Amino acid sequence: MSILEIHEATRIFGGLTAVNKVSFAMEAGEILGLLGPNGSGKTTLLNLLSGALAPSAGRIVIGRRDMTGRKPNIIARQGVARTFQLVRILPSLTLEENVIVSAVFGRNRHDKEAARRIARAALRDAGLEGMETCSAGDLTYLDQKRLELARALAAEPDILLMDEWLAGLNPTELHEAVALVRALSGRGMTIIMVEHIMEAVRALCPRSIVMNAGTLIADGPTANVLNDRHVVAAYLGEADDA
Amino acid sequence: MIALAASIAALVALAAVPLFLTDYGLGLMIGMAGYVTLASAWALFSGQTRYISLATVAFYGIGAYTVAVLNETIAYPLVLACAGLVGAGLALVVGLSTLRLSGIYFVIFTFGLAELVRQLITWYEVNVTGTLGRYIFLDITAREIYWQLLALGTFTIGLTAWILRHRLGLALKVIGDDETVAAHAGIDLARTKLIAFTLSATIITLCGAISSPRWTYVEPIIVFNPNVSFLAVIMALLGGANRLWGPAAGAVPLFLLFEWLSVNFPDTYPIILGLMFIAVVFLLPDGVLGGLARLRQRGKAAA
Repeated sequence: MSILEIHEATRIFGGLTAVNKVSFAMEAGEILGLLGPNGSGKTTLLNLLSGALAPSAGRIVIGRRDMTGRKPNIIARQGVARTFQLVRILPSLTLEENVIVSAVFGRNRHDKEAARRIARAALRDAGLEGMETCSAGDLTYLDQKRLELARALAAEPDILLMDEWLAGLNPTELHEAVALVRALSGRGMTIIMVEHIMEAVRALCPRSIVMNAGTLIADGPTANVLNDRHVVAAYLGEADDA
Repeated sequence: MIALAASIAALVALAAVPLFLTDYGLGLMIGMAGYVTLASAWALFSGQTRYISLATVAFYGIGAYTVAVLNETIAYPLVLACAGLVGAGLALVVGLSTLRLSGIYFVIFTFGLAELVRQLITWYEVNVTGTLGRYIFLDITAREIYWQLLALGTFTIGLTAWILRHRLGLALKVIGDDETVAAHAGIDLARTKLIAFTLSATIITLCGAISSPRWTYVEPIIVFNPNVSFLAVIMALLGGANRLWGPAAGAVPLFLLFEWLSVNFPDTYPIILGLMFIAVVFLLPDGVLGGLARLRQRGKAAA
């Protein structure tokens, strides 16, 4: 059974079609790489899935329920959590409060004690154990990214949307992060990763889809997709003498 | 436990104060109780969400006007109930139509709202009822007004304390930090903001209603004085708008200062008010209590 189905999702900004009739489906537990050059519509597509933007046309079905055009809080309660490309933390709250939020207001609406337990576990998973009472505003960029992930995890999502979460990590951190994502997937979480680090995509995502100029140009096993003629052309430009 | 006992003792002392004061002293206490209530009620919504509302006087004036219109027709408790209902009703309508606005647009809208309400009432009074002013003849002593304001202020701070410890308070704080994150965490933005805005506006309306017998004579230019809105903001910001006791800590000294200024420098008073506003925003973005907390933390880190 598909946990996520997208039928011809389209988003138009003025005269620009940022996402053009994109369709795909995912099975529960899959990790999907969402690739494409800058400006190809990957983040807009994530925004359509998380409810940050409503599609201009098309349908989005999450866990068999039609979520097209629903508000982000409704979609969050349907089991979707995300991180943001430009990190968004809550600077005036502590780390624990940052993370508790999605346990308290997410799909399971935990009471305070349960939410605190879940928040602590999520902080531990994201590598921020022992920093619960620190102020989020004081974190380094990398720790802010960890915090965002912890917040997403505390929502106990079925579907996790990661928007370039691996960007900016050094090789050691990347190695840890890849292991973490793999562990999450092992728990049965369905993950969509927008990512430019191909090494990580190859390691984590058995399947990838590629967007270019708003359109889906490839969908299949990652190795095949990355060798696809259209995909190579989208990244590198058409070869003149082909 | 000790804090609770101390609070109750302080409250009893505050309630007993008018028995030992001159009329002037009692007047000051009424002013302070009123502004502590206004600033705390303002902060209940605006301090947490950082939606700066300049509509305080719209609700405050409506409370006063409700009393002016109804004071000779129905019993006083019913007048207060009506004022509360009118305030809550208006807050719901305004909230539903404006809380999608953010930042400066919300500020401007709320400022415009206060002016709109004032102009509408003026127009109505001039063209329909044919009088501009109204009298409030209520058999209420200054002490009774003070006690009512004290009760309302206590309720406001108590309600804020309760909210800050529950889901609503967390939701408001998250909205104040980042609405996008709030929505994606599952918070219903519209509902959360509407509840807090309506609670805040209803208290402000009641504050206007309770204070109104002090005027005896009421007309729009008096009860819809925009200074009330600005004072509520500056007081809350001075003390620390997102802290439980911040608005009260800002309201007491500023009220006394402005009282003194308006007696001694009636002409330059508005200029000083403006300068204070700028100084507070620039020098104390987190308010005095926030600044103190930071100093304490720094002291701890140094030790």
